[in-house]
Amino acid sequence: MAEELNMVQAIAAALDAKLADDARIMILGEDVGVNGGVFRATDGLQKKYGQNRVVDTPLAESGIIGSSVGLALNGFRPVAEIQFLAFMFPGLEQVFAHVARMRSRTRGRFQLPMVIRTPYGAGIRGPELHSESLESLFVHTPGLRVVVPSNPYDAKGMLIAAMELDDPVMFLEPTRLYRAGKRSVPGGLYRVPLDEAEVLHEGDDVSIFAWGAMVPVAERAALALHEERGWTADVVDLRSLMPLDRETILRSVEKTGRAVIVHEAHKTGGLGGEVAALIAEEAIDCLRAPIMRVTGYDVPVPSFAVEDAYLPDEDRVKVGVTEAVTYE
Amino acid sequence: MIAENELSQLTGFFRHRENDVLPLFRVVQPDGKAEESMLAHLTVEQIQKIYRQMVRVRQFDRKSIALQRQGKMGTYAPFEGQEAAQVGSALALRRSDWVFPTYRDGAASMTHGMPLKTMFRYWMGQLDGFDVPDDLNILHPCVPIATHLLHAVGVAWAAKLRGEDTVSICYFGDGATSEGDFHEALNFAGVFHLPVVFFCQNNGFAISVPFQRQSASRTIAERASAYAMDGIRVDGNDGLAVYLAVQSAVQKARDGGGPTLIEAVTQRFGAHTTADDPTRYRDQASMDEAWRDERDGIVRLRRLMLQKGVWSDSEEQRLLESTSEELLAAFDEAAAVPMSQPAEMFHHVYGQELWHLKEQRQGLQAGGEA
Repeated sequence: MAEELNMVQAIAAALDAKLADDARIMILGEDVGVNGGVFRATDGLQKKYGQNRVVDTPLAESGIIGSSVGLALNGFRPVAEIQFLAFMFPGLEQVFAHVARMRSRTRGRFQLPMVIRTPYGAGIRGPELHSESLESLFVHTPGLRVVVPSNPYDAKGMLIAAMELDDPVMFLEPTRLYRAGKRSVPGGLYRVPLDEAEVLHEGDDVSIFAWGAMVPVAERAALALHEERGWTADVVDLRSLMPLDRETILRSVEKTGRAVIVHEAHKTGGLGGEVAALIAEEAIDCLRAPIMRVTGYDVPVPSFAVEDAYLPDEDRVKVGVTEAVTYE
Repeated sequence: MIAENELSQLTGFFRHRENDVLPLFRVVQPDGKAEESMLAHLTVEQIQKIYRQMVRVRQFDRKSIALQRQGKMGTYAPFEGQEAAQVGSALALRRSDWVFPTYRDGAASMTHGMPLKTMFRYWMGQLDGFDVPDDLNILHPCVPIATHLLHAVGVAWAAKLRGEDTVSICYFGDGATSEGDFHEALNFAGVFHLPVVFFCQNNGFAISVPFQRQSASRTIAERASAYAMDGIRVDGNDGLAVYLAVQSAVQKARDGGGPTLIEAVTQRFGAHTTADDPTRYRDQASMDEAWRDERDGIVRLRRLMLQKGVWSDSEEQRLLESTSEELLAAFDEAAAVPMSQPAEMFHHVYGQELWHLKEQRQGLQAGGEA
């Protein structure tokens, strides 16, 4: 039965549904048990499934990820929660050196069916190192799948699909959207594909590509420009960053002839460059304007008093789109 | 201010005592003498098995260095000097137990059942050198330092959760004990009381840096107490002592007794790798002379067996000959396998080939731009 849930509730519902469905699913992390997670994404699950399946670990991110590797090697399907993306730094060696490589270096003998969930991104007035967007690091590491939901429905369906995949998935949850609004979410198990972008709005003048917390920003900018200038836009939620949904990206650009990529990660080395390169390599003949990127600046994510100025907002997206559409 | 000794009495706080060093567990003395009460725990067949395997893996090690020098293998990390530690420990396991070695633990890997041909292929840089037999729970050498201790922890955790009596063992050196993952792994194993054996070969050097520069602890084994686990310090050049120590730790783990940290004190006779020159950081000449007679685990066990009349020169000769033939045949077999195909690098990156990998692979196979 469908329920109105926000994203964090939808994530908890996905975990609940899979814990009930598959005895190999285990949740590990800091404060995920008794406390139900600092954002309550695992609320009530330890009580329901016990301390062996929803585990409060020592405060050690390499330990959480490294022991999850061992659990996955030996038949479990661990879901590791890292409290904030930047807290994963001590565990990145495990991610890069082992999680991503296990299947390849054992020639398929061992696979790692595990999910690393982590809230990420700015906009919640978090303290220092609570607001990073480092999806590019993971996309640049062969062997990982990288996905970002932007709404409660996708969050539940994608997390269930991630828990059922036999490859490791970096499941990045935009903290800013955790409680940004409710949406009807089906009960029980359903899957949203892990390799498909979604075209949220269709238009003719420009394609706006975004993911995570930038999706509603892109949508608002598109709506405003439609009202102010009469332009219509494809707004595409990429959802899957590895792999990219090339077909959907190219189909949209071939239709509109203009591309604007919006992400809150730093510009240089950000995934917008990859999307732009893909478009340039495969659809340059269709382009009627330079590809624009609207992104976070190349500075450490600043303290929260000025984080709104760091983050792309509706106005910055409008500027980028206007440049593309009015280019001659 | 309270004087330090007064505070100590008031609080009873833990005081570092320099002379309080964990004893070294040893069964066989360098001259081959051994306590009968200890030998009573072993059969002649077990002793001979340990000895034979030590000789076998040493021949592999020497042949590998020679093959590297001849350009037939890549950079190789020799383990000569550490056979007693690796063979003694690996023989104390069941085949179903999990083994997590480093690049210097080929002796343990072969003892647990890794085929010689695969070992050669690995060091030849061929992709099929990473194959793992389906019925063997072993990983290929972990190259990062100490990260695999956590994998052994997770595997042991899974076994415990399922109520199985499988044990995992991880091999690492003294340098690894300086890494954060060493601490995280022992801490997890202590908190969750897991059936894992942390087997540290303290060979005195992390490449060029001596143990005194790794740690102010006098021993590695004593750190176990901080994790509420047992610590054992064993003579790593005494295959029988290692075997008995690991056997006991493994049995304890199977019986739900939790983890053990074992420090096997040993020596690396040779270089860190074939690309390393140990004369830059230690007196290698004196090591070659003094260490071999006094400390070589193979020499020591042979002395014991000869003294007990359970070994002979002719048996030694036959063992060397049969091992030499076995190695020759295994290398010939490895050398006869065709080179790995470049396109194989695309296999197993994901369970299903993603579109961009498919295109890149096809580009490679077409010999053109991907």
